[in-house]
Amino acid sequence: MSAVANTMTNDAILKVEHLSMRFGGLMAINDLSFEVRRGEITALIGPNGAGKTTVFNCITGFYKPTMGMISMQQKSGKSYYLERMADFEVTRDAKVARTFQNIRLFSGLTLLENLLVAQHNALMKASGYTVLGLLGFKSYKDASKEAVEKARYWLEKASLIDRADDPAGDLPYGAQRRLEIARAMCTGPELLCLDEPAAGLNPRESQELNKLLRSIRADNGTSLLLIEHDMSVVMEISDHVVVLEYGQKISDGDPAHVKNDPRVIAAYLGVDDDEVETVRHEVEEGAH
Amino acid sequence: MATVTNPSTVSAGSLTAKALREATFTAVMTFFMFVLFIGLKTDQNMRNELILVPRWGLLATFVAIAFFGRFAMVAWLQPWRAASKAAKDAAPADTSDAGFVKRNFSKLAILALVLYPPIILWLFGAQGSLKYIDNFGIQILIYVMLAWGLNIVVGLAGLLDLGYVAFYAVGAYSYALLSINFGFSFWILLPLAGILSAFWGIILGFPVLRLKGDYLAIVTLAFGEIIRLVLINWQDVTQGTFGISGIPKITLFGIPFDASPHGFAKIFHLPMSSAYYKVFLFYLILLLCLLTAFVTIRLRRLPIGRAWEALREDEIACRSLGINTVTTKLTAFAIGAMFGGFAGSFFAARQGFVSPESFVFLESAVILSIVVLGGMGSLTGIAIAAIAMVGGTELLREMDFLKAVFGPDFTPELYRMLIFGLAMIIMMLVRPRGFVGSREPTAFLFERKSVSGSFTKEGHG
Ligand SMILES: Nc1ncnc2c1ncn2[C@@H]1O[C@H](COP(=O)(O)OP(=O)(O)O)[C@@H](O)[C@H]1O
Ligand SMILES: [Mg+2]
Repeated sequence: MSAVANTMTNDAILKVEHLSMRFGGLMAINDLSFEVRRGEITALIGPNGAGKTTVFNCITGFYKPTMGMISMQQKSGKSYYLERMADFEVTRDAKVARTFQNIRLFSGLTLLENLLVAQHNALMKASGYTVLGLLGFKSYKDASKEAVEKARYWLEKASLIDRADDPAGDLPYGAQRRLEIARAMCTGPELLCLDEPAAGLNPRESQELNKLLRSIRADNGTSLLLIEHDMSVVMEISDHVVVLEYGQKISDGDPAHVKNDPRVIAAYLGVDDDEVETVRHEVEEGAH
Repeated sequence: MATVTNPSTVSAGSLTAKALREATFTAVMTFFMFVLFIGLKTDQNMRNELILVPRWGLLATFVAIAFFGRFAMVAWLQPWRAASKAAKDAAPADTSDAGFVKRNFSKLAILALVLYPPIILWLFGAQGSLKYIDNFGIQILIYVMLAWGLNIVVGLAGLLDLGYVAFYAVGAYSYALLSINFGFSFWILLPLAGILSAFWGIILGFPVLRLKGDYLAIVTLAFGEIIRLVLINWQDVTQGTFGISGIPKITLFGIPFDASPHGFAKIFHLPMSSAYYKVFLFYLILLLCLLTAFVTIRLRRLPIGRAWEALREDEIACRSLGINTVTTKLTAFAIGAMFGGFAGSFFAARQGFVSPESFVFLESAVILSIVVLGGMGSLTGIAIAAIAMVGGTELLREMDFLKAVFGPDFTPELYRMLIFGLAMIIMMLVRPRGFVGSREPTAFLFERKSVSGSFTKEGHG
């Protein structure tokens, strides 16, 4: 725990402190603390059922945590306690956007429309909460053009521009993942949370995804928190890794550190707790 | 139908045999299904005893229809459909621009509707035109408007509302009560009725927001019934089941349609006729319909309309994008209810009489069927469905020749619901997405392509 305290620096964009989530008799998350630093790609990894998606749902307001605090520090200096906010407020006000483990697109809307829906709040204001827009005011037309341009930018970036006018449900799986990310980015987030973005992708799609994620960080200054299963992806793109097992943090650090952490290895190999020491031994011997 | 093998591979002879076999089977099935239902009728004789009246002729007619219907289906219709489908698949997709009529469909339709009254007047004269302008024209347009209003809630936002008629009732009674008790004119009460209905839409919206699917449908149904029961039981105000009569007519900006010296006919030196009022009402409801269509089309291109459609597709995704789904649903309820209120006040003014009879659940069901049959979300499809459904039932009244087929007791109107149901079943089998199953996108980057119905969702709440 002392290591955690040391890494709690001021440039954290998201701080999760003593987070617990209980479902009936199941402690899905148990006293979890970690932080996401601004401008970094942080990965949250762990075996199936470790509670990763639950952490996301707590951060984005879909679940109310049983205990704990989640604070979001914006560039402007404003800070928000996410556990107190409704799900849509987390995105609208705190500027934390997310994607879902099982893709949730508006499959009957075109790609462009998907990205326009994501700009709802900005457009709503521009349309005078519908009144001015209904009367055909120019301010809405201008804002609407801008929104289309923003959508075009993200479609190009996600290499989806050719399919702009097709229904989202018609896209292949990998493209749907990229569209969901582009859509989340259209809300203008400072922190983007991705739930298993690489799941089910073939190697080429996986490469395209990595490229997109890197450019989101580089060009748009958005910090990323991603859940990932595939260790190779995690090691390739993340700056900082948090490992979860049975709702508890078992490791936290840069990818190299985590990779060699015997508890992580044990968790991934499915070793019992009392065998961890043996594994640690073996790993240490292997390192020498 | 699933047992039918590809008819093109079946020779003509065996096809006929097969058709005969299936037709016989269907006829036998029909006989057993209808023998008690149609073949025997319970009646009371002079001594108030219950007796059975056999109706073998009618039963035979039903069986014959089933037999020949099935025969025609298997022997001719299915091979024909298979052949035309094969031809369609073989021919390369016709991507050239659609015909003039298709491209300008809505403009032509509006033009036709504007020209409808004068043409009818010219064809049938002032007296003969009443039926066509009133029963067909106005009646259908009221349902078009109601269905377009409900379309906002069901077709766009995907919220299944079985109590829509409640807002129609609120609009109708608002106009009836306020015009009789306070003497306000239609032009003031029309917007007011809309606002009152929208207000009730929000009242209904609040408690049901958390409900989805079946639960939402049941609660809205209950709401519709509550409004009707209040209208029946609050006798001091609504006069209960007697209804309110003597509701003032609409004036053309102060010019009444009556025989007085200031009446429409006298001012314009026309012969007295009730047709002018009907023509006026026709144009008025046409305008109201166009207003509904205009607002719906505009709203779809505004963020609120896109949010409705997004809500229909995936509510959780909406919330993850920062959309307040509570207010989004409430606006859908309110705006849908508002158009119901407009239609209601028009209805009250046109009838001159309102009673709770007009606002039974069946009306909600009919309006919803029109929306579903038309293709949820499509204004054109819904208008076509309204014409088919409402116009069809009006046509039934005209079909006296059916008496010759089914006997003199046969009143075609009574079979309205049976035909309605059959039409629904056939439509849902042939075109499960309604007349117009595809969806027009609200924006495009390169080209406007309509979205196939297989991608859109119906909504879950
Ligand atoms: N809404 C819920 N109700 C009850 N149990 C839940 C709920 N959501 C998640 N869980 C449980 O919490 C645990 C963690 O699940 P999850 O966060 O989805 O894991 P991961 O995403 O790491 O695979 C699992 O045991 C799961 O069954
Ligand atoms: Mg998960």
